[in-house]
Amino acid sequence: MASATRPNQLLRNMSSKIASIPMALTAIVIFVGCTLWTVAYSFTGSRLLPRWRWVGLDQYDRLWDTDRWIISMQNLAIYGFCMMAFSLFLGFLMAALLDQKIRGENVFRTIFLYPYALSFVVTGLTWQWMLNPSFGLQKVVRDWGWESFTFAPLTNPDWAIYGVLMAGLWQGTGLVMVIMLAGLRGIDEDVWKAARVDGIPAWKTYVYIVIPMMRPIFVTAIVLVATAIIKVFDLIVAQTQGGPGLATEVPAKYVYEMMFRNQNLGQGFAASTMMLCFVLIIIVPWSIYEFGGRRNGR
Amino acid sequence: MKHLTKVLATTALVSASAATAAELEVVHWWTSGGEAAAVAEFAKALDATGHTWVDGAIAGGGGTNAIPAVVSRLLGGDPMGATQFNHGRQTEDLIQEGLFLDLTDLAEQEGWRDFVFPSSLLDSCTYDGRLYCVPVNIHSWQWIWLNNDAFAKAGTDVPSNWDEFVAAAPALREAGVAPLAVGSQAWQQAGAITEVLAVAIAGPEAWEQVNVAKDADVAAGPAYAAVFEAAAAARDLAADITVTDWNLATAAVIEGQAAAQIMGDWAQGEFAVAEAVAGEDYTCLPGLGVNPVLSLGGDAFYFPKNSDADVEAAQLELASLMISKEVQVDFNLKKGSLPVRGDVDLSAANDCMNKGLGLLADGKILAGANIALSQDTIGQVNDLIVQFWNSDMSAAEVQEKYAGIIARAD
Repeated sequence: MASATRPNQLLRNMSSKIASIPMALTAIVIFVGCTLWTVAYSFTGSRLLPRWRWVGLDQYDRLWDTDRWIISMQNLAIYGFCMMAFSLFLGFLMAALLDQKIRGENVFRTIFLYPYALSFVVTGLTWQWMLNPSFGLQKVVRDWGWESFTFAPLTNPDWAIYGVLMAGLWQGTGLVMVIMLAGLRGIDEDVWKAARVDGIPAWKTYVYIVIPMMRPIFVTAIVLVATAIIKVFDLIVAQTQGGPGLATEVPAKYVYEMMFRNQNLGQGFAASTMMLCFVLIIIVPWSIYEFGGRRNGR
Repeated sequence: MKHLTKVLATTALVSASAATAAELEVVHWWTSGGEAAAVAEFAKALDATGHTWVDGAIAGGGGTNAIPAVVSRLLGGDPMGATQFNHGRQTEDLIQEGLFLDLTDLAEQEGWRDFVFPSSLLDSCTYDGRLYCVPVNIHSWQWIWLNNDAFAKAGTDVPSNWDEFVAAAPALREAGVAPLAVGSQAWQQAGAITEVLAVAIAGPEAWEQVNVAKDADVAAGPAYAAVFEAAAAARDLAADITVTDWNLATAAVIEGQAAAQIMGDWAQGEFAVAEAVAGEDYTCLPGLGVNPVLSLGGDAFYFPKNSDADVEAAQLELASLMISKEVQVDFNLKKGSLPVRGDVDLSAANDCMNKGLGLLADGKILAGANIALSQDTIGQVNDLIVQFWNSDMSAAEVQEKYAGIIARAD
């Protein structure tokens, strides 16, 4: 039916379609192909090298029976929830403040965005030193005279993940702020004028008018922050190496260490397949709702 | 014409010398002071033959960083000249893939089996009857290193076994000395408990039933209950000092900040670099003075297969050098480990090395857990122990989980 009414649909923009074939093939072979390969081999007893030795769901049984994996998932949940909430909140707050046409906006924007230009390894090491009790923040405050001040989250298993969170926020919030600022600048002046004429307080204008209008901007920010959360690895390796104990282990590190330290590829593949499942379960329905809805006429 | 011959002759000369000398990149993880001094002996010996030693050190105790790098290079078709591994089950898969040079002919020609002692070292290099690695030293985990001055400061005698050490701990703390130094890396804590405390307290038979026969009932039984009780005590004794790397923990003992460290005999290299004298400045107790038995761990070098015939010739030459008498003595004196040959003269060996040699001669040896357990099982044990060490997990709980890992071990 569709082809009958629009016979040349497939042939439209032929040259651009041909030009995108190499990239499309790369994406299909590398991403989809390797993903399927990994999922298939997660059902095998592969050790150091991939071997087609079928073991069914054994790797998954073991995975969910392993303390370290459970701890990793809990840490990811804590880190992910806090990171999402705080980076959106702080990013929006900073953007809203910057949007007040203040003097020196460029300077502040640069300062806030700068951490994002650093790699996670640098961020991790810097915050490892900052949070080190013998020469970091704790020492500085004690030298100022507050002798009993104690602030060493990285040495306490209960608080270490929040130490990592601080570093993650420090690095990631700037990006959210810049995206939000772009969104705020996209709001028509007339909206503000109308709100002012009606006597609506500024905070209400933000919450009920501006934020709903910025929905696509929030979606972009959420997707970017979410991918950064799922793949967090280098920050942990640089800052805590997963310690103290297993207190800051994350799933990506579990995958890496199973594959290379324990020489158990099957277990690593099973863990990475689980990570993929979580991403699919959370992100796919939501993004279909979010992005697919618009195309069907909104 | 004359010119042409000259040119030809020169080219022939150049290519002839190129054919004999090769560059060998050697990957290892010996980066602490004592270790680096030891590996320099190998480099010196190889350079003396005209080949060139290209040092490929990758830091990280126990090869945690080096092994993944080596494996990915081997699988990616970029073999190095030689690489260190702890011999044992680490390399099974790589050998099956045919990635390593077969050394059997060289070994038969030089008669390695006649002089390597104990000869079981060669067995752990053998796969399907062929030999793939050169054992270079014998390392054993079962030692505790004590700083004599620290005990003098606390007014107690230097302990002669674990129980006396635990009894001396309050006096040490009163004198401002941390009783025990243990680095925060998983392998150090796991080794101290499953290799050292287990052998010393549960005894060698129970250890072998758990680690070699993988008998989970023994791991859950009363002998191991005592081991984990002692481990909980050790966790408490080690709470006063936080370091990461094992050699920093050793340094704390050498400097007298800490009184003792449970660590393999590679710690001795650090004492040697600090010019401490065994018996005077420090004391070592094999098997914690309770069950003096040594496990036969150690390092070995594997030679990845290479397409270049010159490199292969150099590889065989290095293999032969590493196990030769002179190099064995020079290397092991620096490293603090025991030589793999029974026929070398170690008159320069110190008090602690002599204790080790004596145990070897008496046949008081265990198979190392690297040989018995797969990397996967060792990794799971490490994860468990590091969790235990950094929390208040009870001895009963860690024992139950440990027995579970042994039951699943392959």
